[in-house]
Amino acid sequence: MVAKPPSKSIFRPPGGVDQGFLHENRKLIEKIDRRRILRGSLSLGALALLGGCDPSENRNLQSVLRAVSDWNDGVQALIFRPNHLAPTYSVDQVVIPPRFNAHYDIEDVKPVSASTWKLELSGLINDKRPWDAESIYKLPEQEMIIKHICVEGWDYIGQWSGVNLREFFARIGADTTAKYVAFHCADGYTESLDMASALHPQTMLATKYANQPIGDPFGFPLRLRTATKLGFKNAKWLTAIEVTNTFPDTYYRKEGFNWFAGI
Amino acid sequence: MVQIANRQRHLHPLPVRIMHWLNAVTIFIMITSGWKIYNDEVLFGWLHFPEALTLGKWAQHGLQWHFFGMWILVINGLCYLTYGLVSGRFRRMLLPIRFSDLISTVKDTLHLKLAHDDPTKYNAVQKLLYVGVISVGILIVISGLAIWKPIQFSELVALFGSFQNARLVHFFCMTAIVLFVVVHVALALLVPQTLVAMFTGGPAVDSQPTEMQHKTAS
Repeated sequence: MVAKPPSKSIFRPPGGVDQGFLHENRKLIEKIDRRRILRGSLSLGALALLGGCDPSENRNLQSVLRAVSDWNDGVQALIFRPNHLAPTYSVDQVVIPPRFNAHYDIEDVKPVSASTWKLELSGLINDKRPWDAESIYKLPEQEMIIKHICVEGWDYIGQWSGVNLREFFARIGADTTAKYVAFHCADGYTESLDMASALHPQTMLATKYANQPIGDPFGFPLRLRTATKLGFKNAKWLTAIEVTNTFPDTYYRKEGFNWFAGI
Repeated sequence: MVQIANRQRHLHPLPVRIMHWLNAVTIFIMITSGWKIYNDEVLFGWLHFPEALTLGKWAQHGLQWHFFGMWILVINGLCYLTYGLVSGRFRRMLLPIRFSDLISTVKDTLHLKLAHDDPTKYNAVQKLLYVGVISVGILIVISGLAIWKPIQFSELVALFGSFQNARLVHFFCMTAIVLFVVVHVALALLVPQTLVAMFTGGPAVDSQPTEMQHKTAS
């Protein structure tokens, strides 16, 4: 793999490194971009003052802003308190049904059939046998009544039950010293967690909402639910889980959102 | 007590000017990107900020700018607070604020005979506004931290009552800063020597020995 040599200008000519390359070589880009942040930030301020033409989509600015966002991932990992529990609430505060949100409308949800559904396992896991809905729903349950906080700013209180992810990992012999856990979804959505957040006591594979199987729009038959991440990290309609040391890029990060997205 | 050597100083020493303009650009970034983020989920149904005044094409770009700008805002702000406290600038220029002075400043203003021939001395209203906006600046950072990390910093959220309350506080701090900026810029344009001073440093100030409450180990 040979990277194109960086040009001298911080505003590289078109045809330079494309976004796909940036995503695939995250660690490498971080190293390069950190040195450019200071230089780039001066021009950022100047450009920001040219109201009217929005610079955010500019490729070079995007690489600087995304480098800062990736750097913020590291800061959030440092801030993260592995045993600090999110506040929990009482049953009468639970909102039924939960609030729907996705990058498409609720009418476009394609329900997943429990009879054909499977959860595939891959990566650093000893027992990679797939799970069907019946066996997943038989696992010992954890319940938590927690706030769902969306990156947009709204929140609601929800009551979730399912198998604690750390316990599920023990059951399948997942390597919990690995860095990441990747999630694949029936609608093509992708998500991933840092291992510390995956092992947080309030991270689960949820099967029920308010003591009933999760409704179709909210992730039936299985979704991720963690108390320490923004709403969009809680992937719905899970079809596969992978434990890996290679950074698994995600749908929202590719769109420009922060990856760690811790709360 | 430590005495600073007698020497000519500008009204606005170079570090103050650098921090001021860096802050001006950063506040601009934070407010316009904050409006973009706000528009995605408004607090008040009647209030959407015009898209032309927001920074970032979509919400994620507003977020990118906001979490870029926060570093400059906080680091620059901490430098400014440290400088203001250690150099004695805050004490010298912003204190004391006497109620009687406030009344007379307001009276003078209403009688259109407010004196601004000496830009090196702030009147009581100016002092109050500067102390006020610095306090609001601290509060907006604290409420921002509460919104950014409501679980990791759940203690901060408890301070505000709830996550949504912290959002409200963050919003009203923004409103206060915007109002301050409007007044601040309008007055700077009305009395242009104050604007020039923030570029050139302004007149040399009386080099009276600055008394500092340094408790040095002696």
